[in-house]
Amino acid sequence: MLELRQITKVFNEGTVDEKVALKSINLTLAPGDFVTIIGSNGAGKSTMMNVISGKLLPDTGSVWINGQEVTQLSEHKRARYIGRVFQDPLAGTAPNMTIEENLALAYNRTKRRTLKFGVTKQRREFFREALKTLQLGLENRLTAKVGLLSGGERQALSLLMATFTKPDLLLLDEHTAALDPARAELITQLTKDMVEKLQLTTLMVTHNMEQALRLGNRLIMMDQGQIIFEASGKEKQSLTVEKLLQEFQRIRSSHFASDRAMLV
Amino acid sequence: MFTAIFSSVEAGFIYAIMALGVYLSFRILDFPDLTVDGSFVTGAAVASVLIINGTNPFIASAVALLAGFIAGCVTGLLHTKGKINPLLSGILMMIALYSINLRIMGRSNVPLLQQETVVTVLTEAWQKAGIDEAINRVISLQSFVPRTWAVLFCMALTVFIIKLLLDQLLKTEIGLALRATGDNKQMISSFSANTDLLTIFGLGLSNALVAFSGALVAQYGGFSDVGMGIGMIIIGLASVIIGEALFGARSVARATLAVIGGAIVYRIILALALRVQFLETSDVKLITALIVMLSLIVPNVLSSQKEKRRKKRRAQERERGEHVAGAQTDYKSV
Ligand SMILES: Nc1ncnc2c1ncn2[C@@H]1O[C@H](COP(=O)(O)OP(=O)(O)OP(=O)(O)O)[C@@H](O)[C@H]1O
Ligand SMILES: [Mg+2]
Repeated sequence: MLELRQITKVFNEGTVDEKVALKSINLTLAPGDFVTIIGSNGAGKSTMMNVISGKLLPDTGSVWINGQEVTQLSEHKRARYIGRVFQDPLAGTAPNMTIEENLALAYNRTKRRTLKFGVTKQRREFFREALKTLQLGLENRLTAKVGLLSGGERQALSLLMATFTKPDLLLLDEHTAALDPARAELITQLTKDMVEKLQLTTLMVTHNMEQALRLGNRLIMMDQGQIIFEASGKEKQSLTVEKLLQEFQRIRSSHFASDRAMLV
Repeated sequence: MFTAIFSSVEAGFIYAIMALGVYLSFRILDFPDLTVDGSFVTGAAVASVLIINGTNPFIASAVALLAGFIAGCVTGLLHTKGKINPLLSGILMMIALYSINLRIMGRSNVPLLQQETVVTVLTEAWQKAGIDEAINRVISLQSFVPRTWAVLFCMALTVFIIKLLLDQLLKTEIGLALRATGDNKQMISSFSANTDLLTIFGLGLSNALVAFSGALVAQYGGFSDVGMGIGMIIIGLASVIIGEALFGARSVARATLAVIGGAIVYRIILALALRVQFLETSDVKLITALIVMLSLIVPNVLSSQKEKRRKKRRAQERERGEHVAGAQTDYKSV
């Protein structure tokens, strides 16, 4: 489904600010995989997501979706395969357009846009049904401007917009981080339901370890531009937050040890 | 007086087409496009030169529209592909068009007197049909009989057709993507829309309307002049801002209607201002600037005053409430 081969990304190369954000990342996702990604600030998680979505081009390596190489494909062309929800609830919707217009925009992700009306009677019904699954009553506010919705409502709408056209790949970058605990829990639950119902191949970045353990069938941990730990299936199920933290400390210290060994 | 207002409304409708173009770039695309000052003249120049060379005035106006479209697309290309900032792309294009317009016209002024223009053709057809007499008989204004109703009616019709087409376009899949490009670029490109292409197309469309308006203004006024576009962007903005302030902008259809209204109101204010003794025709640009300043400042002042009054009332109410509460406690203690 998704394959990253030897991806490297360096920011500000050749200057004092040089930063290696990704170091030869390899990652393969099978159809239906739901991978949660954890890692400290600056580990390169967002950079990896941006390389996949086409917002950033990698320095070396290649990105493959559905067996096709998409490394050089522009962001909007790649969007035909990818649904995305951003961390900022303001980022995923058009505030001055109505709920139904936003859904119409999302509905056209996989199609060529034409001079036909974006919101038709038939589509409106479809949108209404889709909105009902959120259970927020948004189905009764189709013509309300999205800018009037709360952050949680907007994020739920963003999630729906990213998923209801069944993307080949769903990218979620800390999409619950800006919400209060109750809203975050709601969006987490919605995410789980939608991914399961539509069998979406998903990559989800989160800082909430408990969430990372509860969701998905695979987990990866990133640090300093590398994938340093990976667990899937039974092994992932048996993990706990304590074990993860221990694992992280162990790997970190062994890194330090080898670094020190090199220095000596 | 009436004559002045009547011709203001006529001109208002013609300039409203330009204002709709400005609305498209400023409001829909959120792109402050200064190409307008140039493309307005380009429209006038292209139409005039074609007309004095014997082209049918309707075809000449259509070609002017196309010329404006191309000019707008170039601005869009400068911004999206050349990565030049929006304001600068527009200014560069405006400057470039100044020379291009002179090239098109061959001199700085092309008179259209004695030429067959859209205005003359419509007026004649209208008079032959005897509609003017019929209208004048029905309305029978003693003090004021306009030269012809033809321009007013035909221009109003043209503007409303353009408005309706624009409203419909902005509801199509492409139109929605266009609006989203101005509203949240990051979001719409994550839904596989090519924002570069949409920006180029939107600016093309915007300047097509501007140039078309320029072509009509030239035929209405009977000349095209290389300087006739100076400050046009401000006139367009004035129309948009006045219109939105007076008539609201809740939906696209409402906003486009408001812009037309704004264009007419602007013309009327200008005509009335020019009747003031000490103001002269050469003060037009100054008056325009003042109108825009006022239309930007007044709504702000009004709403902040409203806010202040609301707060004051709240404070008074609270005070009174405490008084009452205090009185009650007094009563109890007695
Ligand atoms: N556009 C950029 N220019 C320069 N450096 C960048 C840029 N984007 C990211 N970086 C750097 O690359 C590193 C990885 O950043 P990234 O955003 O991928 O981290 P992250 O794992 O998403 O962190 P967080 O958990 O804070 O979101 C950081 O050190 C960051 O400063
Ligand atoms: Mg991040």
